[in-house]
Amino acid sequence: MSGLKEHGEALGLLARILPFSAVDGPGNRAVFFLQGCNFDCAYCHNPETRAACTGCGACIPACPAGALSPMERRGARTIPVQWDRARCRDCGACAASCPSGSSPRARLVTPTEALDEIASARPFLRGITVSGGECTLQSDFLVALLKGARNLGLPGLVDTNGGRPLAAEPRLLEAAEGFMLDVKAWNEDEHRRLTGADNGPVRDNLAFLAARGALYEVRTVITLRAPGFNAKPAESDTTSDDPQEGAFDLEETVRETALTLARAGSRARYRLIRYRPYGVRHERAALLREPGSALMARLTELARRGGAAEVIVS
Amino acid sequence: MNQTLDTIRNTTLTYRQKVLALARAGEERTQPLAIAPEVQALRDAGVVCDLNEGPAPYRPRYVLPDYARFLDQGSAFLRQEPPRDLLGAVFALLGLYRHIPSITGYPVWVGDLDALLEPFVQRDPAALGPGGELSPAAERLVSLFLEGIDRDNPDSFCHGDLGPDTTAVGRAILRHQRSAGRAVPNLTLRYDPARTPEDFAEAAALCALDAAKPSFANDPLFRAEFESLGLAPYAIASCYNGLPVGGGSCTLVRLNLARLACTAAHTLGDPEAFINGPLAEAVAATLAYIDERVRFLVEESGFFESSFLVREGLIAKERFTAMFGIVGLAELANALANAEPGSRERFGRGGAADTLGARVLAAIDRLVTAHRSPYLEAAGGRYLLHAQVGIDSDRGVSPGCRVPIGEEPPLHEHLARQAPLQTPFIAGSGDVFAFEPTARANPGHIVDAMKGFFASGGRYFSCYAADSDLVRVTGYLVKRSEVERLRRGEAVNNGATVLGMGAFDNLGVLDRAVRR
Ligand code: SF4
Ligand code: SF4
Repeated sequence: MSGLKEHGEALGLLARILPFSAVDGPGNRAVFFLQGCNFDCAYCHNPETRAACTGCGACIPACPAGALSPMERRGARTIPVQWDRARCRDCGACAASCPSGSSPRARLVTPTEALDEIASARPFLRGITVSGGECTLQSDFLVALLKGARNLGLPGLVDTNGGRPLAAEPRLLEAAEGFMLDVKAWNEDEHRRLTGADNGPVRDNLAFLAARGALYEVRTVITLRAPGFNAKPAESDTTSDDPQEGAFDLEETVRETALTLARAGSRARYRLIRYRPYGVRHERAALLREPGSALMARLTELARRGGAAEVIVS
Repeated sequence: MNQTLDTIRNTTLTYRQKVLALARAGEERTQPLAIAPEVQALRDAGVVCDLNEGPAPYRPRYVLPDYARFLDQGSAFLRQEPPRDLLGAVFALLGLYRHIPSITGYPVWVGDLDALLEPFVQRDPAALGPGGELSPAAERLVSLFLEGIDRDNPDSFCHGDLGPDTTAVGRAILRHQRSAGRAVPNLTLRYDPARTPEDFAEAAALCALDAAKPSFANDPLFRAEFESLGLAPYAIASCYNGLPVGGGSCTLVRLNLARLACTAAHTLGDPEAFINGPLAEAVAATLAYIDERVRFLVEESGFFESSFLVREGLIAKERFTAMFGIVGLAELANALANAEPGSRERFGRGGAADTLGARVLAAIDRLVTAHRSPYLEAAGGRYLLHAQVGIDSDRGVSPGCRVPIGEEPPLHEHLARQAPLQTPFIAGSGDVFAFEPTARANPGHIVDAMKGFFASGGRYFSCYAADSDLVRVTGYLVKRSEVERLRRGEAVNNGATVLGMGAFDNLGVLDRAVRR
């Protein structure tokens, strides 16, 4: 993304910071969620960190606390809505009122500012994780944030959808402690239907990062397509153990991912995430189903046999 | 009299629980202490409280024998030869535990379990298997030892210590405790970042998620303090009480600050006047009451003249201190700050109540540290501060300096604010965190939180997973399933289950914020 800077520092569009997390890498980590994504995943759990703000202004009067006003400007960079954190009551009304599924609470920050916000949590942290959205879309900011954190003794993991070829990002490869990569589907067509994007770069990144020993974790969300995915909304029964149902070839995805890790001798953990509808946009949730535990067990076994060093189900 | 008969006829008490209750009924027929009227008035008001110690102190409340010395020299009184192997050591210890006095009738400290047994393992080639772990036979013996402690001492205040170094016995104890599902012994891992390996700390964290123990103690902090007091080595006994090995504490009397906030309500408008007036008077009364209890124990009870533990050098009067407990700082601080529920000024939120709470604590620390017992030599007669965890009948009184359940701030803020509040409590303070069950996939998360807490001045850190049957109530452990049995009117072996039921109901222990 743009190299627009303030006082020589790259500006980033930040969705939010979680100062303390047990589930975003080893130990206790602060997580920075950057705003904006190049995938449109059916099961996205943070849809408001994905969509871009169009500047329609609908959220401004919706805020009961008067925390929103038009136009934030920093240096040469502007965003359509300014958010006053001190006033915000965290009620969520703004995101609920947004016709674009975005959030006006994204803000422009420098890496130094972002890291200052986790100062009180620092004694408790082993590192940071940068997530999204898709954080690699803001690579100048991302690299500067990782370097700044490293200088504080906090190595940084990068959580990515793998949509951008990382082999072409030497500065990022150097600045990151490691990567967490989503492999959403092995089949091209399936990946496109699930995310709206090609998976060629994802598969390249998987092999590339695995061979470099730069992968900490690979994740696949296990979900089944309800009848009518990409067509009409589904009936109401919610779980299934049939891997063929809905034509997501889960077995292929899990097997091929595990094999790729094994071939590269990667020690990365492979996490199989049971899809749950919480946080997912309603119209999308109706088109997906949760996997049953028999299916999760079968896929776990498949990942182990494929050669994944460690398989985790969550 | 009727109460005695009621005890005898009670069908939810076990035989041993009845014997203890009847002994207590006998003790209550005498009132040998000379208690000044102003002290008695505060006792009657529930401001000063000896936590059920009884009216005639005839043994110290917390006794921490030098078990290493016992294993070295045996005991003439018990006709116990020094044990030569692991089996002998286990039997010798289980035998001695029955002779350790306390208030509950069970020992509050069973020793540095790993350090006591490790030498027997290291000198016996058959006890160690490949990879430096215990052989199956030795592992089984350690398991039986732990189960023996549980069976003989059905009391959640019975406490053993591990670490700071990793040992084959220590690792075996964690393996056993993780799946044993037993509340006894309560356990502490003394953690020293320079000595405790990461994988041992993580194994302890995993064990704690499933079994609510061990807790972690800030070993460098405790060690430095006890060294400077001339009381090293220390151990953690009972809930989380830091005390000298080879000695202990004569008594624990607590000052209930939440009650004081009620009885002295009219003075709260002026914090300075409150601190110099009612607070200083209540501290003085508590100290006077401790003095009197210590005097009777030391000068009249004959304990130190008659106990074989003293005669054989396993404890020494010079290593006994006394504990000054406080409880309910949060409630007092909120009252002083006039902070209503939901206000940003509430205790634990980083506002006015926190500032006032710290001032109150500093004042108490100053007064207690300046006092000298006329009867004790340990630490020059200084009493040690202790953040008391409360008793089952407390309502609306938070343990020690803790934030009330239901008002906990986010974990990192909670840890950062609580750490310095724990520092003054040389004789122990602690905080308990319920974690999401998913933390099992990342025990490093818990280790990191604990490390940061200790680096910030924290002293003691306990945790468990929100779905485990064993729950740390305030300092001690109970099993949810046993509380349910008690509710159905069935007798349960562990006396602390009764206390746990009270705390579930009165403190909302099961409603603790679940951390992720
Ligand atoms: S979350 Fe904050 S900014 Fe959004 S509507 Fe509520 S108060 Fe306003
Ligand atoms: S956040 Fe949404 S509602 Fe607010 S201005 Fe942007 S697009 Fe419009």
